[in-house]
Amino acid sequence: MATNNENVEALVRKDYEHGFFTDIESDTVAPGLSEETIAFISAKKEEPQWLLEWRLKAYRHWLTMKDPTWAHLDIEHIDYQAISYYSAPKSKDDGPKSLDEVDPKLLETYEKLGIPLQEQMMLAGVAVDAVFDSVSVATTFKSKLADAGVIFCSFSEAVTKYPELVKKYLGSVVPAADNFFAALNSAVFTDGSFVYIPKGVRCPMELSTYFRINASNTGQFERTLIIADEASHVSYLEGCTAPMRDENQLHAAVVELVALEDAQIKYSTVQNWYPGDENGKGGIYNFVTKRGDCRGDNSKISWTQVETGSAITWKYPSCILKGDNSVGEFYSVAVTNNHQQADTGTKMIHIGKNTRSTIISKGISARHAQQSYRGLVKISKSADNARNYTQCDSLLMGDQCGAHTFPYIEAKNSTATVEHEATTSKIGDDQLFYCMQRGIKEEDAVNMIVNGFCKEVFKELPMEFAVEAQKLLGITLEGAVG
Amino acid sequence: MSFDLDHYISDFDQLQKNDNWFSEQRQSALNLFKETGFPSSRQEDWRYTDVRPIAKKKFSNIHEHAISLSNKEVDAVRFQGLDCIELVFINGVFCKEHSHLDDLPANVIIENMADALKEDDALLAKHLAHHADNKISPFTALNTAFIQHGTYIHVPKNTVIEKPINILYLSKADKSPFATHPRNLIIMAEHSEATVIESYVGIDDGDYFTNAVTEVALSADAILKHYKVQQESLNAYHVGNLNVVHGKNSKLESHSISLGGSLVRNDIHSQLAAEGAEIVMNGLYMTTDKQHVDNHTRVDHLKPNTFSTENYRGILNGKSRAVFNGKVIVHKDAQKIEAHQNNANLLLSNDAEIDTKPELEIYADDVKCSHGATVGQLDQNMLFYLRSRAIDEETARSLLTYAFADELISNISFIPIRNRLERLVIGQLPDAALIREFTNEQS
Repeated sequence: MATNNENVEALVRKDYEHGFFTDIESDTVAPGLSEETIAFISAKKEEPQWLLEWRLKAYRHWLTMKDPTWAHLDIEHIDYQAISYYSAPKSKDDGPKSLDEVDPKLLETYEKLGIPLQEQMMLAGVAVDAVFDSVSVATTFKSKLADAGVIFCSFSEAVTKYPELVKKYLGSVVPAADNFFAALNSAVFTDGSFVYIPKGVRCPMELSTYFRINASNTGQFERTLIIADEASHVSYLEGCTAPMRDENQLHAAVVELVALEDAQIKYSTVQNWYPGDENGKGGIYNFVTKRGDCRGDNSKISWTQVETGSAITWKYPSCILKGDNSVGEFYSVAVTNNHQQADTGTKMIHIGKNTRSTIISKGISARHAQQSYRGLVKISKSADNARNYTQCDSLLMGDQCGAHTFPYIEAKNSTATVEHEATTSKIGDDQLFYCMQRGIKEEDAVNMIVNGFCKEVFKELPMEFAVEAQKLLGITLEGAVG
Repeated sequence: MSFDLDHYISDFDQLQKNDNWFSEQRQSALNLFKETGFPSSRQEDWRYTDVRPIAKKKFSNIHEHAISLSNKEVDAVRFQGLDCIELVFINGVFCKEHSHLDDLPANVIIENMADALKEDDALLAKHLAHHADNKISPFTALNTAFIQHGTYIHVPKNTVIEKPINILYLSKADKSPFATHPRNLIIMAEHSEATVIESYVGIDDGDYFTNAVTEVALSADAILKHYKVQQESLNAYHVGNLNVVHGKNSKLESHSISLGGSLVRNDIHSQLAAEGAEIVMNGLYMTTDKQHVDNHTRVDHLKPNTFSTENYRGILNGKSRAVFNGKVIVHKDAQKIEAHQNNANLLLSNDAEIDTKPELEIYADDVKCSHGATVGQLDQNMLFYLRSRAIDEETARSLLTYAFADELISNISFIPIRNRLERLVIGQLPDAALIREFTNEQS
């Protein structure tokens, strides 16, 4: 399986070498948000009337909402009228002409991650002129999925090809008016991924946005919808470990997962967007709404995330445990360095009987970074014998950083058992000393200890991701101690 | 949502104020209260507690006629056979006949706040309303505006008061609902020690509102043991704020027991403002029927080498609801901190609800902080163990529930209080007589 993946990966990577951008500059709409903009986006995507109306409804509701301020974040005012909501990828002329023009620090990171030169160019946004037919790659990949009956395509494609499925499930987990950023996304989302796993099918490979065809411009408002029909199984990987250059500062994605009876969804994310420079200038705002709905009995949704990038992260992948015996899991490693801020966590809403949830959150905060775990475990009256275990640990590196924990527990059922544990400390001097007196360099020792600290989460990641994530962690925290 | 505050304002105008030196602070506190009004559940600090029942009711804040209680009624809430310094307040008004303030150690001040206010005392002026921030809670502002009766304690340098200071706030039903605003100020000078017990007791099923504020100022090396026993009537509302400012190496031990009241909110705010300061907070809440009990604590570690330990436990029955929110804030540059917090809850009924939120906010790195929260029911294995030894189910449940509470009560070093609390807790459980038998056999 692993080798298989690598092959596909290698092939797809090859594709990047030769550029992915098409010149659709004429499509770019002027900055500003109005009903016309939305109508324009919808028309561009040749969407059916119901979807346009759905977008407009979300927009009208969004107008009545205010930026959320409850998170432990310091967010500069965002001017929503200054954003272009249908921006085609930046033209080649705007990007750096060659790697020489790219921030040397970024290149250094690529070097350390062992990313091939050609791909470095692609990631850094260097225009590469070449024509290459990617059809062959796509065909091998797609035929295998098609044989299994799995639908894996861009969201726009799904709207055209599978309107009934989209109509049935879109907004059923994250309603259009759910929160400020979700409403904004619902109004203006441009593209994203759509996955449908039919009854009883075990998806033959790990699905990844990395492999997805036409993935280069999902834009800042991405929409993902994954439906696992009865007794099916899918593992989905999002993001990649290499830092991506991106011109858009605000990212407000929505991810909806639906697991029907006996179905299982495993969703893994590695997020390493541009975090801004050492002084906290620039960087991506990552405001994501992710929610999974364990709709059927015995279903399971598992979130695993490694968050190392972005200047500001606002993200709470959640599970609604509706079906009896359903299971929700959340494994997270979040690393903030320099002036990064993260307010992240999860919500586990227990509704069905015998529902179980596990939350393991590991936060590492270095230099001037501020990080918060914010979680909710809610046991409804109907959730007999519900069980939750939560552990959130924070590691502090440097006397200027902050780590905060805000867990909410609401229990309304006397048969429920909820446990929450949290600790905050710095790397123990004795641990460091132990390693160093055995001839391990301080930096390596810190790496080792940090990796040990995160092990519980890394082991939940698919193999290839786990190896890369470890490497990534080391790089992100480079020089944070000592 | 805004409520009519006019009767508070008109009562304020009628209030007898014999303290010109304090009038400015009163007025500004009232203005603040007028401005903010009662907190709404949209505010994070009041998210789970709706104070509309208090806001809606027109409580009288002025007590024209004194309510009296018989010796027997007061004796029932006293510590039998315990020699203590005692202040008794009936419906918010100090009652000299029932109080014992004789032979105080030299230079110790223990008196009714209303008397202290009449004199322009420099020490009082320096401390009163300086340790409880009116802005933190509108209830504190309201209390400050209405300060009259209460307890003023000053323990001078190197003085240890051996006898516990027992403060009884007794409330008895009146013709119409009334509000009392007891205000306590405890000033502990260097190297002083004292034990203070604040009890809030409803004598009958009166409909009233107690809005208490206690300020504690601990100088270097001072030690205060503070007990709060809340047994208000089941028709009463209780809001209590304890505010502590710590000096170097000072220590506060706080024990808070909440058993009564229909809507109760207890706040503790501790500022560890000097090195070596320490606070220990123990809390127990037992609720039943439709009671709502909210415990909020906040500890600010402002200086290095400060310590906090917190342990709160709740037993919920009936349709009751309890809220716990424990906040630990480690401020910038406050290194070498240890802060531990724990909240355990036992849900005995399917209609009960617990909302707990232990919080850590940490801005320094050389810290050891932890918190834990649990919600659960009685352990099936333990129940089975007892059942297999021929103890019937109900008794077994009561015993285990008692054991859960006793983990906190056994932390209380002051024996008479511990015994009294054990009795009170057992009294709330079914099969009280049987459990007493079991526990007495043990001891």
